Amino acid sequence: MASKTKYKKKELLKKCPTGIAGLDEVTEGGLPKGRPTLICGEAGCGKTLFSLEFIVKGAVEFNEPGVFMAFEEKTEELSTNVASLGFDLNKLIAEKKLKLDYVHIDRSEIEETGEYDLDGLFIRLDYAINSIGAKRVVLDTIENLFIGLSNKAILRAELRRLFEWLKNKGVTAVITGEKGDGQLTREGLEEYVSDCVILLDHRVENQISTRRLRIVKYRGSVHGTNEYPFLIDEDGISILPVTSLTLESKVSSQRISTGVRSLDEMLGGKGFYRGSSILVSGTAGTGKTSIAAYFGNECCNRNERCLFFAFEESPEQIIRNMRSIGLNLEQHLKSGCLKFHASRPTLHGLEMHLLVMYKMIREFKPKTVIIDPITNLITVGTVSELKSMLVRLIDFLQKEQITVMFTALSLNNAVNEQTDEGVSSLVDAWLMVRDIEYNGERNRGMYIMKSRGMKHSNQVREFVISSEGIKLVEVFLGPEGVLIGSAREAQKLMEETGLALKTHSHSSKEREIERKNKILEAQIEALRFEFDSVKEELNRSAVEEELKREIIQKNRSKMLRLRQGDMTEKKSNHLKPRTK
Amino acid sequence: MTAITWELKLYVSGKTQKSETALRNLKKYCEEYLKGQYKIEIIDLLKKPQLAEGDQIFAVPTLVKKVPEPIRKIIGDLSNKEKVLVGLNIIPVKK
Repeated sequence: MASKTKYKKKELLKKCPTGIAGLDEVTEGGLPKGRPTLICGEAGCGKTLFSLEFIVKGAVEFNEPGVFMAFEEKTEELSTNVASLGFDLNKLIAEKKLKLDYVHIDRSEIEETGEYDLDGLFIRLDYAINSIGAKRVVLDTIENLFIGLSNKAILRAELRRLFEWLKNKGVTAVITGEKGDGQLTREGLEEYVSDCVILLDHRVENQISTRRLRIVKYRGSVHGTNEYPFLIDEDGISILPVTSLTLESKVSSQRISTGVRSLDEMLGGKGFYRGSSILVSGTAGTGKTSIAAYFGNECCNRNERCLFFAFEESPEQIIRNMRSIGLNLEQHLKSGCLKFHASRPTLHGLEMHLLVMYKMIREFKPKTVIIDPITNLITVGTVSELKSMLVRLIDFLQKEQITVMFTALSLNNAVNEQTDEGVSSLVDAWLMVRDIEYNGERNRGMYIMKSRGMKHSNQVREFVISSEGIKLVEVFLGPEGVLIGSAREAQKLMEETGLALKTHSHSSKEREIERKNKILEAQIEALRFEFDSVKEELNRSAVEEELKREIIQKNRSKMLRLRQGDMTEKKSNHLKPRTK
Repeated sequence: MTAITWELKLYVSGKTQKSETALRNLKKYCEEYLKGQYKIEIIDLLKKPQLAEGDQIFAVPTLVKKVPEPIRKIIGDLSNKEKVLVGLNIIPVKK
């Protein structure tokens, strides 16, 4: 269904845009121009509204006046019924953009005798069309003729003629028909209207109703064949195409903060990419909503709009709870930056939720969307349905460059961790918060499972929620690995104790050394004294010896002098060794 | 017979076989049962299409009797005499 084929088809078959949100995408341009289209479905599936919106939008948006021929409801009833949708029929009638014609068929006042035809209807229709130059015609519900008239053979022939006549008239017609047994309409109108048949459906599953639309056939045109859920609300009908999904969305390399500084640091210091989708999953009570609220708060702080879809708590509850961790969401609510949309998952079916989100996002134009939690939606659908819904939502948000954060409750088992609602492969970043039960206490741990296109930390970080907010605690490595919670505190304390003890022992050792040193010095002193005395002793004896020798020498020379009297000094010197 | 006048309108679209038959039949019945007490107005929707909405005409030919009450519409070429007479309250419904 690329755009190229669309143009090709356009040449073949002119289409008439309906103006109904989403339908023109599904039909690639609208209903077949100048041909009748059958809209069928059970009572209360929205046929009348559908056809009326076709007429009103045609008159208002495409400047194509329309005739609405009602066989069921009186014109006043119609005007009143659709006034709640913001359609002012009386104004359009006054502007000659719309003509309502109520065909009243009262069985009790009608007799049939013999041959007749429906020329009266043709003439009426023709008159109505010509009076305002109508391009669009609705016949709602033409099968009522079969209730009023009994000659089916004539009716069938006349209806066939009517559709031919409408084609020749060149008006784009919508004919509604009630669903019959085993066929699309009670009287088999689909046999006559062969160009385009749209089936509306209103199904209730698990007490939850979902409206769906399917194009049964569309001759000469490519069209979506799926069942498309649609919503009727105060703006009329909106259809959400399932298959208009392409992977062509723009990407931004702008980074936005998570609101938690330490988490930003784990994400390369800058946070997530704008327009990316982030999944925060974890077990109960791990602080997923808190992370989401911080993210939303940060978005509001940047003065950007944030839309918060709450499926678990009421806005007041969230505001109160976040106040307890130091977040003031109320100010953003007042300034209009933040908007909550809280609803029970069981309020609508999944598709309705998607449509509501889709519409709200279009209206509020947020930069960030938070869905808390997606897992609650599983109560109204299966995993595959939820996945299909989320695929479309993510795709839509990416196209609009809106950052989205989902929270998801995961059960505590490994299988689930890997396949959180099957969306893990769709999201760009995935944060896991989990309980770490250790040593009789539970602590929160967080890690980044993936974060496309950026450097990110691979560490499991302990994550603390206090009255000051969310904090990722510095990694604390103990002798046995990463420590968390009170074990971390204990280890911290232990290390402090150790330090104190160490300093203590250190000083006592020092004193010991001091003492030892003193002893040593004392010993050295003593030894020196000893040595001194020995030295003195030795010196003394040497001196004595010298003295002795001198004295002996002196005595000897004295003796010699005494003995030799006049002998010269020389001789005596010469003789001295001999004598010795 | 009282002095009530049957006000009858016959809606047709141009001069077709069916409308001719209807008019012929109607005149015949009126002459037979309501002589002097009836008025027939023939409205050709091809000429006055705006009148179709007021009397809620969707099939032709349609005979509309407004007076005397109740309002009755008889669709078709009026070939079934009995039905027409019942429809116009000329004869009561046969048990």
